[in-house]
Amino acid sequence: MTKEECKKVVLKIISEIAPDENLDIVKPNVRLRDQLELDSMDFLDIVMELRKKYGINVPEADYIKLASLDSCAEYLTPLFNRLKTA
Amino acid sequence: MQHARVVITGIGLASPNGDNLAAFRSNLLAGISGVEFMEHRYIGKVPAGVCHFDALKYQGRKELRIGTRAGSISIYCAHEAVADSGLNWEAFDKSRVGVYVGITEHGNVETENEVYNISQFNYDVRCWTHHHNPRTVANNPAGEVTMNMKITGPHYCIGAACAAGNSGIVQGAQMLQLGEVDLALAGGVSESIRSFGIFAGFKSQGALAENADPTKASRPFDKARNGIVVSEGGCIYTLERLEDAQNRGAKIYGELVGWCINSDATDAVLPNPARQAECMRAALNMAGMSADDIDIVSTHATGTPAGDTQECHAVREIFGASKNVRINNTKSFIGHAMGAAGALELAGNLPSFSDGLVHPTINIDDIDPECAMEQLVTRQPQKLPRAETILNNSFGMLGINSCIIVKKIA
Repeated sequence: MTKEECKKVVLKIISEIAPDENLDIVKPNVRLRDQLELDSMDFLDIVMELRKKYGINVPEADYIKLASLDSCAEYLTPLFNRLKTA
Repeated sequence: MQHARVVITGIGLASPNGDNLAAFRSNLLAGISGVEFMEHRYIGKVPAGVCHFDALKYQGRKELRIGTRAGSISIYCAHEAVADSGLNWEAFDKSRVGVYVGITEHGNVETENEVYNISQFNYDVRCWTHHHNPRTVANNPAGEVTMNMKITGPHYCIGAACAAGNSGIVQGAQMLQLGEVDLALAGGVSESIRSFGIFAGFKSQGALAENADPTKASRPFDKARNGIVVSEGGCIYTLERLEDAQNRGAKIYGELVGWCINSDATDAVLPNPARQAECMRAALNMAGMSADDIDIVSTHATGTPAGDTQECHAVREIFGASKNVRINNTKSFIGHAMGAAGALELAGNLPSFSDGLVHPTINIDDIDPECAMEQLVTRQPQKLPRAETILNNSFGMLGINSCIIVKKIA
């Protein structure tokens, strides 16, 4: 999985969690909470969907790494690729 | 003690056969049932009352996803009630609004869904949603209304089994009389059709309706009745003190002139007609009325063999000699809307004050002699000899009885 593909996965999850948001305008290097109506419960939903759909467990200490699309891709892409090779 | 007079000034409802009072009333007068088949996890195909209101009318999709069905129904009904009341909502002091929603149960749906959810993940409890607790707290439906409508006054739910719709209304009226609030959003709600456990429980009890035609499944007082049709729904009223309503020139549906809530103290499931009769009598006493002053008796009967018979004993005891009263049953159209039942059934009858008609009880093809009452209206609506008062019964498990009397304002 490339980082761009990883961003698409994250955006797909966000589209289900916040279906009324316009995700076309999301800037990858800006904090998601600064450009979308997402609260802490929504971030827990993102973590939950990563666990349920992809088997990726994000420890609480790493939640900060899901702040922006770019940081999500940076953090999650290796985890997705590790799952593929496992 | 002299209490402030409390009146109904707005009605918002979601029923299996109508999303507003006009549609609901029209279908009741036309004999149109709202019961259909639905597929249910573990249970299969069951007759149920399903609501089809536009849930996105007052909520975003994210709010819907996070909240509960009971919350969504309550929000829809509360908005519709406020709109119907003609209140200047923007200018109204939201800290003086109270939300009192009757519930038969709450949390079963959400808990069952989560247990099913984690069963898909080998019962890994880390997959249990963090939304579970706010969804299942007992004040959820009322609380969702306050968040959606920015109401900062009191809110809570009244857990009163299937007497909850009436109980929510009584609570709202009492809070107005105490001066705790200036506007009460009060009534009842149910999301119970989303819980397989409710159906399974009634089935195990031998009290779940079955019929090849879902519209014929809810048949109180009929010889062939075989149980309850579980339904979802909601009905929220705007209640105000009479003086406040008159000062703003509000349309007034009627005045809450009498009520009573009492307990059988005998059995968890089997009703006690003596206590039901006492409940009706106490409501009449509060209203300063006799049985002959009542024009419509809206029965609770759910279509169970024992329950219907017991209520008929109680109704006969009070109204047996009242020639002008008319008796009907709304569950025959919409099934048993549980926490919403009492509030919805009262709403279905309130338009009689203006149209002078009483809607019938449908699905009585062969009246059970144990339920025969000469004042029972069947098949077709009837013109009322007088249309000024309604007595609305609503009873529930653990022996809770409730009765409300509404009087037309001249």
